[in-house]
This record gives sequence, structure tokens and C-alpha cells, in this order.
Amino acid sequence: MAEEMRIVLRNYGKIDPLKIEDYIALGGYGALKKALSTEKTALINEIKKSNLRGRGGAGFNCGQKWSFAYAAQADQKYVVCNADEGEPGTYKDRLIMENDPQTLIEGMAICAYAIGATKGYIYCRGEYPQVVKILRAAIAQAKEKGLLEDFDLEVRMGAGAYVCGEETALIESIEGNRGEPRFKPPYPPVEGLWQKPTIVNNVETFAAIPLIVEKGAEWFASIGAPSYPGTKVVTLTGDINNRTFFEVPTTTTIREVIYELGGGIPADKKFKAVQIGGTSGAFIPESQLDTPIAFDAMAAIDATLGSGAVFVLDESRDLVDVTTRIAKFFEHESCGKCAPCREGTMRMFDLMEKIKHGEGSSADVALLNKLGRVMSYSCLCGLGQAAPSPVLSTIKHFSADYNAKFV
Amino acid sequence: MAYKEIIAKFAGIPGGMIESYHAIQDEYSYLPEEAIIEAARVFSVPTAEAYGVATFYSYFSVKARGKNVIRICESAPCHIAGAADVVSALERELGINMGSSTADGRFALEFTECVGQCQATPVITINSKPYFDVTAAKVADILAEYK
Repeated sequence: MAEEMRIVLRNYGKIDPLKIEDYIALGGYGALKKALSTEKTALINEIKKSNLRGRGGAGFNCGQKWSFAYAAQADQKYVVCNADEGEPGTYKDRLIMENDPQTLIEGMAICAYAIGATKGYIYCRGEYPQVVKILRAAIAQAKEKGLLEDFDLEVRMGAGAYVCGEETALIESIEGNRGEPRFKPPYPPVEGLWQKPTIVNNVETFAAIPLIVEKGAEWFASIGAPSYPGTKVVTLTGDINNRTFFEVPTTTTIREVIYELGGGIPADKKFKAVQIGGTSGAFIPESQLDTPIAFDAMAAIDATLGSGAVFVLDESRDLVDVTTRIAKFFEHESCGKCAPCREGTMRMFDLMEKIKHGEGSSADVALLNKLGRVMSYSCLCGLGQAAPSPVLSTIKHFSADYNAKFV
Repeated sequence: MAYKEIIAKFAGIPGGMIESYHAIQDEYSYLPEEAIIEAARVFSVPTAEAYGVATFYSYFSVKARGKNVIRICESAPCHIAGAADVVSALERELGINMGSSTADGRFALEFTECVGQCQATPVITINSKPYFDVTAAKVADILAEYK
């Protein structure tokens, strides 16, 4: 039986998020204290050894990222939290920030000490103004208690641009510009916010830090899948009985999430497909449901773990219609900086509309396949590279649904 | 508060233009052209650039719009939960189409992508306050709160 394990949501429902005393009473800020008495390289090595990998979708080793920023020579470094959670079907970061903002702040303060930064930003999406208020109140409390020492932390609010979840676009937005991704390299740990070394980590990544510091790298590394240890918060949407969230070890399979924790499909309907990782994720057929919710396991089936969103569709759903809606999403959210994404997302939506309305043919599907492949390696950032994934995966696994639409 | 005073509050903040835009919208519900020109001056960027920032982000509007901004999520989870029915009900109830405002300036109707409240789809927000499991039947009652 699959069971929940709460690490980043350990204090969910146990504390008043606006009372720092509650957080401290449960051991909060003990990890920061411990970190501050540890030598910086030893601290970074400990995070590296825990094998914590970024929870924003890219899965980069967190400690290794920190070591780049630590090694960079600069008069100013920055710590940035990516709280621009924009993947449709995802609300895990909101859960953490609404219910336990101090754990995020403590994680960021530990990072700031480790890399030698004195200034940090939480970039929270514009859709969450209530979360921005909670974060600002929480930061004020931590400052008042003197817990952050010389670490100055500020909240910035996005304004409804999905692309700002891409770290360099996010940095541009903090600088007050259009949120268009930068060319990489240089990567942010070397040259980020205002050209200074910058660590950008996801909310869920920072939230895991205090417990790793407190309990040690070995403890964390032993949980879940060895190559992607720890837990993942999953949010269940679509045709599922329990439309809610769970935090599970990364050895938990998709099937366990849907049928055990999620309670299966409503009204005794049959399963059709599940899209994992948000709207940029691949659609997965029944035959692959025994794949664990872990980074490499998902990559092995040409899917992504992404944000951990789990969007379930039952047998009655029109997969071509849903995929067309998703293609429209990317057409709208493409920032327009690079041609393969700007033009590609538009053409992809056009072709999907054509097929959806019964005016397409197998030649259009072939064209979508080719366009999708080109986009996946020629687009500037992750948005354009991942945009074709729902289209390509539905063509691959559910070709009958496309064939049924042909003239 | 006048837009000049609002912008002045953010003048010394690095990258503060977007923050000032949020504050202007809280007051005006959109970004008046004069405010964008003023922001360009205060933050020392060309007016075109300040305008480019304003139009990049979908939560900013450079056109006047209704005071209460209603946004309907049309991302995939809300789409399959029946967002289209909610759209029709809102359009019927307010007598306007998506992307426009009521003649009395009370409401603006806009599409949005995911607002991160996917535990209770379909979702609409009014001035960013979310309403859950919205159905066509619930629309009139929700709007009554703002009339």
C-alpha cells in the first residue's frame, strides 16, 4: 500500500503560518543555526551528498549548483526562489507557502550563508496575491526575531506570464523587464540577477533544505529512488476521485498515486491517459502506469516528472480536444523571442485545430511529428522545447484517437 | 492616489517598475498611458520599453477595463471540468463577450491560464479572489457579491 511521507509539507496543518513561534516550537530555525556553525564547503558538500535534485522540473543536483555560486568571485551574490508556479494542474508551491512560509525562508537563508549572498528574492506568481501577503508577513517576523542576520529578503510579484518560470526569464522580470529568457551560458550561478552569481531554486527544493541540514545527507539520500531521493508533492486533477494533493517518496508508482491515494476513476469509468508534470508533460498510457514518480524513471519512458501534477483522463474524454486546448496554451504563453517557439507553437495549434474539427489527415500528423521534433531541440528555452511533448506523446500512444478524426 | 505619487514610491527600487504597475492597477484597474510614460521617465527607460513591459504580462492591461476583473481559467483541468459552460453563463449574465467590460464599468471579463486552485475545478477569480467548483448555476450568486 502506497503511503504518504511528509518532508516539505511536514508542518502542514500543524502550525499557524503567520506565527513564527509555532514554527520555532516545532524545531524551526534549528537547521539555520546548525548551518551557520558549519563550514560553508562542508555544508554544500552535505547538500550535494543528499543528492537533492531540483524540484522545479530540471532535476539538477542542488548542492552542485550551490557550489558553482560559492566558487564564483563577486562583490554581491543573490538567492532567488522560483515561486512562479505556472504549470496548469500544479499548486504544490502554494501549499508550502500558504501553510509553512518559514520553512522556505529558512531554506533560503541556509543557501545565502552557503554561497555568501546577502540579498534574496522570492518571485511569486501574480495569481497568488494572498500568498505574497503571507510571505511578506513571515519575512517581517523572521527579521524582527533577528533570525536572518544580514540576509535581506524581498518578495516580488509576477504578472501572469508562464515563461517567467524559466529561471533567466524570471531574473529578467525581477530586474523589471519583459520576462524573456536569456541565452545560456552563462548560467545564473555564474552570471544571473544583475549579472551577479545567483542561485535560483524552486520552493519545494528550498523547503527540503532545513530537514536535510537537521537530519543529515544520508537520511535524505535513503528515502525514495536513489537517483532522485526524497519525496515529491503531487497534485491530482481531472477524472480522479480524490482531487487533492499527496507527498510521496519517489519510489511510488503512477498507478499507486492514481488508484490507491487518488481512489481511482469516478463512476467506474475506465482509465484512458494521465499527463504528469503539468501541461508540458507527456501523456502516458495504461501500460506505463507502473513507472515511479521519479526524474529518471519518467525520462526513461520519454515523459517528465516536471512539477508533479497528475492530470487523469477517463475513457470518455476526447484526447485530441484536450491536446488542442494545451496547444493553445503554448501559443498564448510563448514569449516570442525565438522563432522556433513563436512560429512553432502557432502552427502546432493550427494543425491541432484542423484535426480536431475533422479537417485533418495523416499528413498533418506527420507534419506535427516533424515540427515537434524540430522545436524540441531548436527552441531557446524549456517552454518551446517541452511544448510539443503533449502532442508527440498522444500521437505516439493514442494514434487511434487521431485517426478517428480524419476525413 | 494619483499615478505620479504611486510611481514615486517605487522610484528607488531596482527593477521596481513592475511593482509600480501592480500598484497602479490596484488603483485604476489598468495602466493609463500617462502612467506608463511617467514610469519610463522615473525608471530611466525609453517609453517604448516601459510600454513593452506593460504589454508583456497578461495581468496588466493598457486599455481601460471594468473595476472588478473576472478571470476564467481555461487550462486543461478546468477545460475538462466544464469551463466553457461557465464562460457562457458569465457572458449571458453580464451581457458582454469575453475580453470586454460592462458599460457601467463594473465588470471586466477575461480568460486566464491556470490560477493554481486545481483542487476545485472549474475556477474563476474576481480581483484575484478564487471561486471554486463553479457551475453555470452559481454564477448569478457570485456576481451578486459585487453588485
